[in-house]
Amino acid sequence: MGWTGKILRIDLTNGTVNTEALNMEWADKYLGQRGLASKYLVEEVDPKADPLGPENKLIMATGPLTGTCASTGGRYSVITKGPLTGAIACSNSGGYFGAELKFAGWDMVIFEGQSPKPVYVTIFDDDVQIRDAGGLWGKSVWEADKKIKSDHQDQMIHVAAIGVAGENEVLYSCIVNDLHRAAGRSGVGAVMGNKNLKAVAVRGTGGVKVKDFKTFMDATNAGKKVLKDNAVTGQGLPAFGTQVLMNVINEAGAMPTRNGKDVQFESANDISAEAMAEPRRSDGKPNLLTNQACFGCTIACGRISKIDETHYTVQNKPEYWHASGGLEYEAAWALGSATGIKDLEGLTYVNFICNEQGLDPITFGATVGAAMELYETGVIDDKITGGIELKFGSSEALVKCVELTGKAEGFGKELGLGSKRLTEKYGKPELSMTVKGQEFPAYDPRGIQGMGLTYATSNRGACHLRGYTVASEILGIPEKTDPLETDGKPGLVKAFQDATAAVDSSGLCVFTTFAWTLEDIAPQVDAAVEGNWTVDKMLEVGERIWNMERIFNNKAGFTAADDNLPERLLKDAAKTGPAKGLVAGLDKMLPEYYDLRGWTQEGVPTNETLERLAV
Amino acid sequence: MQVTLKLFASLTPFLPAGAERNAAQIEVADGTTILSLLDSYNVPREHCHLVMLNGVYHAPEARGSVPVSDGDHLAVWPPVAGG
Repeated sequence: MGWTGKILRIDLTNGTVNTEALNMEWADKYLGQRGLASKYLVEEVDPKADPLGPENKLIMATGPLTGTCASTGGRYSVITKGPLTGAIACSNSGGYFGAELKFAGWDMVIFEGQSPKPVYVTIFDDDVQIRDAGGLWGKSVWEADKKIKSDHQDQMIHVAAIGVAGENEVLYSCIVNDLHRAAGRSGVGAVMGNKNLKAVAVRGTGGVKVKDFKTFMDATNAGKKVLKDNAVTGQGLPAFGTQVLMNVINEAGAMPTRNGKDVQFESANDISAEAMAEPRRSDGKPNLLTNQACFGCTIACGRISKIDETHYTVQNKPEYWHASGGLEYEAAWALGSATGIKDLEGLTYVNFICNEQGLDPITFGATVGAAMELYETGVIDDKITGGIELKFGSSEALVKCVELTGKAEGFGKELGLGSKRLTEKYGKPELSMTVKGQEFPAYDPRGIQGMGLTYATSNRGACHLRGYTVASEILGIPEKTDPLETDGKPGLVKAFQDATAAVDSSGLCVFTTFAWTLEDIAPQVDAAVEGNWTVDKMLEVGERIWNMERIFNNKAGFTAADDNLPERLLKDAAKTGPAKGLVAGLDKMLPEYYDLRGWTQEGVPTNETLERLAV
Repeated sequence: MQVTLKLFASLTPFLPAGAERNAAQIEVADGTTILSLLDSYNVPREHCHLVMLNGVYHAPEARGSVPVSDGDHLAVWPPVAGG
């Protein structure tokens, strides 16, 4: 119950489709989605495998609450070995695709091998077919979505697809479902492209059964009331979305700006939630049209925007005059603050292109920021950029970059490598704002110390969604801690990491945790599936998942030396704001973190830890 | 003395006339505290969740005793989040 009990195994090399029973013993130890699919991956993929080779696998996995009426119960994750990092990758997405996969009768789909030609897969309940994608290859995510629905005469199909970026194996290409929801980070789209898999189209007509219907309804209704009554999830997020953070983080002096040279962006308010809601001078209409919810969500934080038709980016492109997703905070930061660009309409256009072509806007924007620093310091010039005047603050340069990167044309081909490889190529690796090869997002660790430890120890490379201590350090959720202080942060980071791993394995959205604790979540899981799911068990499962991911990475070749931060954050003090004079105090936190994890000071889980967690 | 008052999200309507987007330059008397300043603009106390003076958070119990100084920036949000 909660589970369909079935998984699909699709061998793209041989063009075969097989079904098998879900491993319920593993489900009891790793729950679902991130945890359970990672268990399958670590059992089946050599940690040293080439991420962009047929030996890597790509798993699309739901959680036990995906497709149920639990609020936000529509999540699915893509698990693979990530090509941007070489580490285990798990990218989580909302929309409707995950729930539809469950309705079709499948908990998980494992893609193996590499198709000899472009294909897409249709999953229409029990009818699963590998189809020729000759007519889809080269098309954008949006075009592919439209064509698949048209070809199969069914507008209820939900599509997860790669754009041209994934086809070209851009190292931070993503998988986009429902037009603008994405499994965004670590380059999962490149793995899909490498497998010659253009899209997965799902239509399900079944439902999801739960273990104890009445208890489940009581638990989910209680959870919804908590979300509704909470000022953040009931009012703040639906009204202002994640973008409300733009001014918050800037005011706190933790806004990575111009490739991390500064910690405050003087034009943050021009690209904020408040700016999106303000009538434009040009047409009197706001950029923001409305909010939007993913499947089953009672928060509805998503932003739906429309670009000013007279803006230079689209004035001759009516195909971009429609409403679409964005801007969300991380994208607005990466495309705006990281590059010093204050053109809200331009950023919205670039975000549209990221969705259309399947690019992670965080890594794309941060990479452009690094390239701008290379350009402004004379390391690269117009000859290398192909004539793009790559100066901080130039909306025109950013637009040219995005139009080239997905297509892997001109300088876009180099931008598609990500900032680590790009800056290494030009002898300036210190200008890459990455951990384990992945760009850190919209929180500067000099101003939010816990995030430095979060980034350094994240199993998928720098990421905010592996342990969002911003909630405590800045927003006061569940309780306020001092963002400039390192004391106590190792425990805080570990607690957030373990709890998040459990939530990421449930089918729920981590945004619920602005209001819910595991006290709210465990009863919903327990009513849906067998296993006596208590808070303690959820935490233990979260910790087990974290250690499992770590072991995979260690076997892949990562060591404690990779639990690090860009030199700039460790040596160059913040110039302004509350953190003025501070660097990231990683050295003050990492040893204690290892101790709390039950790891050696070399970052290796001890035998005692492994036995305790039965990893 | 002059202080910059910044009110964001649903608190923006409490800014005085002449404010630009989310900020207003205001004249305050010596001895004005965070709390008395916000009260003088009728900003509901229960909605003042994130209160930052020059970027530094001040808890509700401290707001009545922390004075503002010339050139300070006081920024306030209702309960918000993102990520």
